[in-house]
Amino acid sequence: MSQAGQLLHQTKFDLLAFRRNPAAAFFTVIFPLIFLFLFTSIFGNEEVDGIRLATFYVPGILALAIVSATLVNLAINLAARREQGILKRVRATPLSPAVFVAAQGALAVVISYFMTFLVVVIGRLVFDVTVLGAGIPSLLITVLVGAIAFSAMGIGLTAIIPSESAAPAIVNAVVLPLYFISDVFIQGDKPDFLAFVANLFPIQHLSVALQESFDPTVDGTPWPIGHWLVIAAWGVVGAVAALRFFRWTPSR
Amino acid sequence: MTEAIAVSGLTKTYGRFHAVDGVDLHIAEGEIVAFLGPNGAGKTTTVEILEGFRPRTSGDVTVLGTDPASGGQSWRRRLGIVLQESEPIPELTAGETVDLYAGYFDTPRDRDEILSLVGLTDSINQRAGKLSGGQKRRLDLAIALVGDPDLIFLDEPTTGFDPSARRESWGMIEGLRELGRTVLLTTHYMDEAELLADRIVVIAGGRIVARGTAAELRAQSGLRPTLSWVPTEGAKMPGHLEVEMLDGRATVSTDDVVTDTNRLTGWALAEDLDLADLRVSQPTLEDVYLALTSAESAVNTERGAHG
Repeated sequence: MSQAGQLLHQTKFDLLAFRRNPAAAFFTVIFPLIFLFLFTSIFGNEEVDGIRLATFYVPGILALAIVSATLVNLAINLAARREQGILKRVRATPLSPAVFVAAQGALAVVISYFMTFLVVVIGRLVFDVTVLGAGIPSLLITVLVGAIAFSAMGIGLTAIIPSESAAPAIVNAVVLPLYFISDVFIQGDKPDFLAFVANLFPIQHLSVALQESFDPTVDGTPWPIGHWLVIAAWGVVGAVAALRFFRWTPSR
Repeated sequence: MTEAIAVSGLTKTYGRFHAVDGVDLHIAEGEIVAFLGPNGAGKTTTVEILEGFRPRTSGDVTVLGTDPASGGQSWRRRLGIVLQESEPIPELTAGETVDLYAGYFDTPRDRDEILSLVGLTDSINQRAGKLSGGQKRRLDLAIALVGDPDLIFLDEPTTGFDPSARRESWGMIEGLRELGRTVLLTTHYMDEAELLADRIVVIAGGRIVARGTAAELRAQSGLRPTLSWVPTEGAKMPGHLEVEMLDGRATVSTDDVVTDTNRLTGWALAEDLDLADLRVSQPTLEDVYLALTSAESAVNTERGAHG
């Protein structure tokens, strides 16, 4: 099989395994939707100047969905598969390691787009969210840049996860505080110090890039290139860490 | 004769610790060789070097004519590896698992044929996570065989199995002989090694301490057959035989079972003594294994203390 054929083959089976994994499906697919319903219930969904409040929740929910589908999913899943000997097993076959890793990223991109579609459609139909046609190109690019970069970060992160049971704790310790300061759960003004810290990390830039796609005050298509570059730079950091430190064999 | 595996002077050190300390190993094509040793003897390290998972410190190693340290995808295509600690992907069925691995090879073997070879035809639609321990191991063997490999590494294929599952696995490994494949079987069960392998290689303390057939290892171990019985309190002992007490049994080691048995029973008849539970025992394979490996561990401990 060609490399492209191999990539498709591996991605197909990884998608199959993902679809049958209830924990992954819940945290990746259902969890962000629950937050969308929670926010509109708690903070309301009034119409201000013809725009529903839910329109402002959607970018945060999308950021959560993308980070879950990529960094969180890959770090936890790959650490588990490494400790179960599955990665070592794969390494013992002629499959190119690069193709295997690329397939993990490809699946994460597919799930990220699926979640974007789901959140936007449910937002539109259930909460009357304003979706700007002009914002769609930048939305699609942000999801692509974000999904690839956060996948690379997730794969890089597995290197510091020592065991299967430590994975969720470490991953949550990394992403949860960032969610709170990066416009995912709470939007609006924050102290300068927190804004400074949030801007150092990529989740804030993902949230803001997504917000621009839904911002009704922006004329035409927004091009949040600066945010894309910061996200991509973090992706490069993740990729370098992965190339340098990724392990195929269990820690034992 | 073509060699599937040729190793000479292999070493692997971690700091000052010599995990593998000058191993020579030659395995011909089509041979089934058992590689035995206690935990920490350097067994797994050696095998992982052969499989290309671990770099070596020094020595010459060729596996299927290639140095594993530089073995690429075309080399891996010819290997089948069954790992001790490997779990299948739990969400895929047995059939899908074989399909997944078959896709890594240009000309894989037929899925149904492979599953029937390992006796999993009935579990084809069952999720791998729901299979029993023995079935998972057989699925692991199926995916090791799907690329039709020339050389198969089996790492402790029955560790943790109940006796019936072990017997089942043995039957399957016997099947590999019929396929004419070269097999390096890692185990710490002497009976398994004797049953399945043409030849046994024993490693302890990072060195090969014995090699040969089970009978040859028996001879090398220096262990002798024994006569033993349970003496009553304060009973007389035969003065003309060398007796030692082992686990409550009076025990005589002998080079000549017939003569010494005759001398012992003749003495007992003359003394009108009852030799309760009299037994003539050959050294068991476990005894042979323990004798071969414990001697080397003792030498090694001494070396460590002085080094």
